[in-house]
Amino acid sequence: MFLLKLVVRNAFRHRLRTLLTVTGLAIAVLAFGLLRTVVDAWYAGAAAASSARLITRNAISLAFFLPASYESRIRAVEGVTRVARSTWFGGIYQEPKNFFPQFAVSPAYLDLYPEFIIPAEERAAWARDRKGALVGRQLAEQFGFKVGDVLPIKGSIYPGTWEFVVRGIFDGADSGTLTRHMLFHWDYLNETLRKKSPRRADFVGVFVVGIDQPDNAAAVSQRVDEVFRNSLAETLTETEQAFQLGFVAMSDQIIAAIRVVAYVVIVIILAVMANTMAMSARERTSEYATLKALGFGPGFLAALIFGESAALAAVGAAIGIAAGAPVAAFFKQAVGIFPIFEISSDTIALQVACAAVVALAAAVVPAVQAARVRIVEGLRSIA
Amino acid sequence: MAIPLSYVARNLSTRWVTTLLTAGGLALVVFVFATVLMLDAGLRQTLVGTGEYDNVVAIRKGAGTEIQSGITRPQAALIESHPSVATGADGRPLASKETVVLIALKKAGAEKPSNVVIRGVSPAGFTLRPQVRVIEGRLFTPGSTEIVVGGAIARRFEGTRVGERLHFAQRDWTVVGAFDAGASGFDSEIWGDADQLMQAFRRIAYSSVIVKLGRVDDFERLRADVDADPRLTNEVKRERVFYSDQSKALSTFITVLGLTLTAVFSIGAMLGAMITMYASVSNRIGEIGTLRALGFRRGAVLGAFLVESLLLGLAGGVCGLGVASLMQFASFSTTNFQTFADLSFKFLLTPAIIGQTLLFSLAMGLLGGFLPALRAARLEIVDALRAA
Repeated sequence: MFLLKLVVRNAFRHRLRTLLTVTGLAIAVLAFGLLRTVVDAWYAGAAAASSARLITRNAISLAFFLPASYESRIRAVEGVTRVARSTWFGGIYQEPKNFFPQFAVSPAYLDLYPEFIIPAEERAAWARDRKGALVGRQLAEQFGFKVGDVLPIKGSIYPGTWEFVVRGIFDGADSGTLTRHMLFHWDYLNETLRKKSPRRADFVGVFVVGIDQPDNAAAVSQRVDEVFRNSLAETLTETEQAFQLGFVAMSDQIIAAIRVVAYVVIVIILAVMANTMAMSARERTSEYATLKALGFGPGFLAALIFGESAALAAVGAAIGIAAGAPVAAFFKQAVGIFPIFEISSDTIALQVACAAVVALAAAVVPAVQAARVRIVEGLRSIA
Repeated sequence: MAIPLSYVARNLSTRWVTTLLTAGGLALVVFVFATVLMLDAGLRQTLVGTGEYDNVVAIRKGAGTEIQSGITRPQAALIESHPSVATGADGRPLASKETVVLIALKKAGAEKPSNVVIRGVSPAGFTLRPQVRVIEGRLFTPGSTEIVVGGAIARRFEGTRVGERLHFAQRDWTVVGAFDAGASGFDSEIWGDADQLMQAFRRIAYSSVIVKLGRVDDFERLRADVDADPRLTNEVKRERVFYSDQSKALSTFITVLGLTLTAVFSIGAMLGAMITMYASVSNRIGEIGTLRALGFRRGAVLGAFLVESLLLGLAGGVCGLGVASLMQFASFSTTNFQTFADLSFKFLLTPAIIGQTLLFSLAMGLLGGFLPALRAARLEIVDALRAA
């Protein structure tokens, strides 16, 4: 009890210094949490992807398409329940910075994605309108899209300005579902291409393939690819999750850099914290000598210093972690490109662990020095 | 009269543990700051250096990148026969009709493939890019299924060593050489014969046409004619502008992310400097009183403490910059969001970055030290002497 009282008194003796240290620590813990969350957000697409869906694409690369006629041949493969077409449209809404994904899809697409929840009448209205589009909730909120709005979108892959009418807004089944994209009729795209550039018509970007048993994913993928081996457009089939992870892997060095930098901030704050502890201990050398002269052992002095360091770290980390959620929410609003941006429980656990390591590491040297101090020398020392 | 610099410097060396820790914190921030700037500079140099000033790229209007673009054979013929296009030694126009596609290749040791640009070039393609030199093997023979790989590809991807074969588009392609493109974007590409690649990929249109201007200032004339011709649904850009446009998204991303990080980190480091300087002041109240009693003015005391914190900042800055300069030996590769292809570039340290980094570290020192120095300067002589 006496030790605890002494620790708290010591920690708050230099109020300004304590305030500065705790602020620094809180900022570092917060920054660490946000950086980890940025990395998590990168993986959000893969985390939301189902392993019960396969993506069949051209084996050369995503820039090559597959003939639309492959659809019925894929459907005939054993283990396949449903097939939907999906083509990346790559259009620009007003300005390039307003980027959001648009996919031209066949109606079966919605059956393959039960996590997109859409009212039956809106789905029916979409089905009736050739130029109709469905937008996700996150997208609708970002740009204020409402049912009935006309969206002019400039094609970069398919020339010209295309007009779409919002016929429905779909919600995600849970908070992990990404709904920051737009869906429209593949038939609309294809019919326009038939008129304008017939040689580009009747092609599909990827096929989304539903399978009966998630366990069969590997076997079904192989069977699909086997069908098209040595054809003009060989296919590569993988689970949706693997497909999404492929995108993440393209930026792996950036992600690795962010991961490293997240720990750099912890090292920075470790230096600040160690400095604070070293200075405090140095100033109190004569006090430690007094305590020793009164009969307190080196263990007590070490506990005193570790306790002070832990108290500062605990306060700083608590503030940093508490500030995490509101700052993340603000960041999500301000940046707009991450549909999912929430600090995970793993991240919070890591924040706590980092604060604990900082507290311990910062106190080691001062504690050893204090434990070793000779009474006579200590009493003589001036700060 | 000013307080001697030696007094200031000695204060730092006496408390060397504290100085080391504080400067270390500052150095880490400076390191992150400098690395971000170097990465951005490297990216710009790579993509801007890809273009020649008097080369012009024609792509389909609105396409933005060569991957998305398409130019039909008649359109390509119209563009290359424009009077502003220079003529080569053989009397043919200096124009390269190119086909640009992405293929997925695996990096050595990686599980997931990355997209790599395969560029089919006409014979004039090499004349148009004088920076491209063969460093190993030889060039591909026109009309054959041979390819040459860029320097950044040859080291990092499977099956791209000279003599090896790559299989794509139903054919085997032999790697017959490697080329160096002077740290430009072409280093991250694979080149082959345009017509062979078009047939293999069943393309009917080229992706882009690159022409060399006869006179540098003929660009406006070419652009006006291309815009006016109803048969051409194309746009032309100077090659240098074309490639620097492609660096925009990635460059903005790196800069914004990096500078936001540095700003947050610098708060931490400045707090560290502030703690050190406050301690430095409060430990020396007696000394300050003595200095004032000796006749040094408030301004001199303020100056001395500011110089001390500036020195602290400078020490951190020099250390951080020193470590950051080692990053020049590393290279970085990532997918360019705009072209969707893998791009490899280096960290580039320029004199401007050195200047910015040192200024940044001094600013951190100054901001961290200002309040403590003010406190030192405001002490009353009597109180200060009594406190000692």
